Amino acid sequence: MSTGRIVAGALAPHPPHLIYAENPPQNEPTAECGWENLRWGYERLRRDLPEHDVIIVLSPHWQTYVGTHFLGVPHFKSKSVDPVFPNLFRYSYELDVDVALARAIHDTAAAEGLVVKMMENPDFRVDYGTLISCHMANPAWDKPIVSISSNRATAWYSVEVMREQSLALGRATRAAVEASGKRAVLLSSNSLSHRHFTTESDVPEDMSREHITHHGQYLWDMKLIQMMKDGRCQELVDVMPEFIEQAVSEADAGSLTWLMSALGFPDYPAEVYAYGTVIGTGNVVAGWFPQEVAP
Amino acid sequence: MSGPVVQGVLATGLPQPLLVPAQNAGWQRIRDAYERVRDQVQASGADVLLIYSTMWPSVIGHQVQAHPHPEWVHVDENFHDLGSMPYRFTVDTEFAHGIVAAAQARGLMARAVAYDGFPVDTGSVVANTLLNPANTLPICILSSNVYSDRAETIVLGKACRDALEAQGKKAAVVVVSSLSNRLFTDFIDPADDHIHSPKDDEWNRKLLEFLGDGRLEDVAQLSREIHRQVRVHKVVNFKPMWWMSAVMGQHNRYDGQVLAYEAIVGTGACVVSLVPTAHGVGDKEFDEDDVEVYGGDRGVLATAGPSAQAPEAEPAQNAAGIVRTDTAPKPVGAYPHARRVGDLLYLSGVGPRQPGTDAIPGGPIRDADGNPRDYDVAAQTQAVIDNVRVILEAAGSSLDKVVDVTAFLVDMDRDFADYNRVYGETFAPIGATRTTVAVQALPTPIAVEFKVVALP
Repeated sequence: MSTGRIVAGALAPHPPHLIYAENPPQNEPTAECGWENLRWGYERLRRDLPEHDVIIVLSPHWQTYVGTHFLGVPHFKSKSVDPVFPNLFRYSYELDVDVALARAIHDTAAAEGLVVKMMENPDFRVDYGTLISCHMANPAWDKPIVSISSNRATAWYSVEVMREQSLALGRATRAAVEASGKRAVLLSSNSLSHRHFTTESDVPEDMSREHITHHGQYLWDMKLIQMMKDGRCQELVDVMPEFIEQAVSEADAGSLTWLMSALGFPDYPAEVYAYGTVIGTGNVVAGWFPQEVAP
Repeated sequence: MSGPVVQGVLATGLPQPLLVPAQNAGWQRIRDAYERVRDQVQASGADVLLIYSTMWPSVIGHQVQAHPHPEWVHVDENFHDLGSMPYRFTVDTEFAHGIVAAAQARGLMARAVAYDGFPVDTGSVVANTLLNPANTLPICILSSNVYSDRAETIVLGKACRDALEAQGKKAAVVVVSSLSNRLFTDFIDPADDHIHSPKDDEWNRKLLEFLGDGRLEDVAQLSREIHRQVRVHKVVNFKPMWWMSAVMGQHNRYDGQVLAYEAIVGTGACVVSLVPTAHGVGDKEFDEDDVEVYGGDRGVLATAGPSAQAPEAEPAQNAAGIVRTDTAPKPVGAYPHARRVGDLLYLSGVGPRQPGTDAIPGGPIRDADGNPRDYDVAAQTQAVIDNVRVILEAAGSSLDKVVDVTAFLVDMDRDFADYNRVYGETFAPIGATRTTVAVQALPTPIAVEFKVVALP
């Protein structure tokens, strides 16, 4: 078997609004427009993704408080209704899981000292963060996925503890991918700044009402995006605790830190495809392509 | 006891007592306690089971489950290895929509959700399955907004009470929540389960002592401290006690019963019953202002600039008849602009200050150093009348419906004639009764204030 590798990593936020606005056949509600900048960004990301065998996603919306969990059932078919935006996202899904790779990451992470568990209940409903990021990156659903939960131990300790665990999980992911012989795309399913509005327009896709919740959040988002563009990803991870605290960032899920670690803290520029706000939160679609596979 | 809530229950929503009680003696005792309180709830005379679950977070205001029969096979995202939880519930949809309307009337963002496959949270599934296994009682489930703090949560509780009173229903209310909520971060042998720390255990026992004494409002007053001590800080405050006390009437008069207190994966799990009684320990003791209407961060969707579309005005009068309006000068104390009671509308004292700027037409009666100034009482009187008009109109009434006026002047000898002339220009054809008295001073540097009673 040839050596596997991570062929791309992407910051792939999961607002259900993007699927709502795109109107794919799987989703019940329909929109007339909305959040085009981000959706066009996803289109460009999809064009740039190299050939790959599997998509690995870490989602803030599978929240586990005792360890990091991995989907361990080969096939799921069900319906996801967003508990926060059920008016926008009622999505029928059918997907395959690369259970072998999931278990390999699980085992490698356990060897790193992380608390891990395989999720093997066939009635389990896949979280909407995983579904949305994977749909936007691969609407054909023709690749198996590995879905990793967000360990929320940070709720009782600190973002620094979360960061150490995410770094270890990133190393384990990279090692397991390389041992697998597979070409993997990694998705960090999170926004940057994450303070929502608590009200919604009568027409959710009314773009005249969409803007960042707070200027300070915008400044933080731009600061991080500039680091991505400059290839300063070690620095990005270093400022992560402060960013999470001050921008109420969804990166507290550990997903972006996990991605940076798995990619080896890129010192090459990210391709920033789009930035846009969704109900006040700041979202960027960005890709990292290791040199040997850059588009 | 009168009142729309006949029983309150505080209970854990973790799935172990439902799915695997035999794995730990404490989990079994929680299960047994659930079954004892189930019998109480079923015999309570309640028409509906109203569930507030801390395990159903919302962002866009408050969501109320309104699907007539939510149905799914639920699996907990943490404890999926314990098994699946099939459910089919019966929802009182009329009551759900009543809560939404009452919440909106009190200034809250609220909406009903009625979608096939909507993910009812683990806590609500556990609580209703154990308390109401045969769906004997219709239920209603409320989300817990992640951003809401004390005022918003109390107003939500009062809105639920409004809805119960409006529909003439009795409810048993269930708060699904842990006490301390720090779980172990590694897998444990169920037989080794215990409260995560002695500090968490001590706080839990303190809360349960209060609740056992029926002191619900006192626990609500302690919510911020409880949150600091034993709760995850990411979520804004320990809000379920605020909601529970508000919906149950904000007092300490209950027969409290702690049916169980155990550890579940390190958290403090309990089953507590509170039944309203004429007795009880003490009375409510507010450390913070009570609140009737929410006026938080509404309008954030409006874009800035003179051409921006203004945010939709909040309803001026809520379900309790309380009237607040931005078109009149802001009150200088904890009172609304007006309140409707029965067939009469009572206005708080109205002065001449201008809405938004607090400028006083005709000038203030003294300067910033307290030195007397000349002023125009006629202009002040006209401004008072204008302010009375906008408050009445905000309440759906009008000047021609005024039935009684009490006027206060700080200098009867100097001002009566001009005040009386301006008053007559508007009120002579209306025929309202009037009393004019001299007072030593008014709260701001004004010469005249009206107290008005009108027909709505």
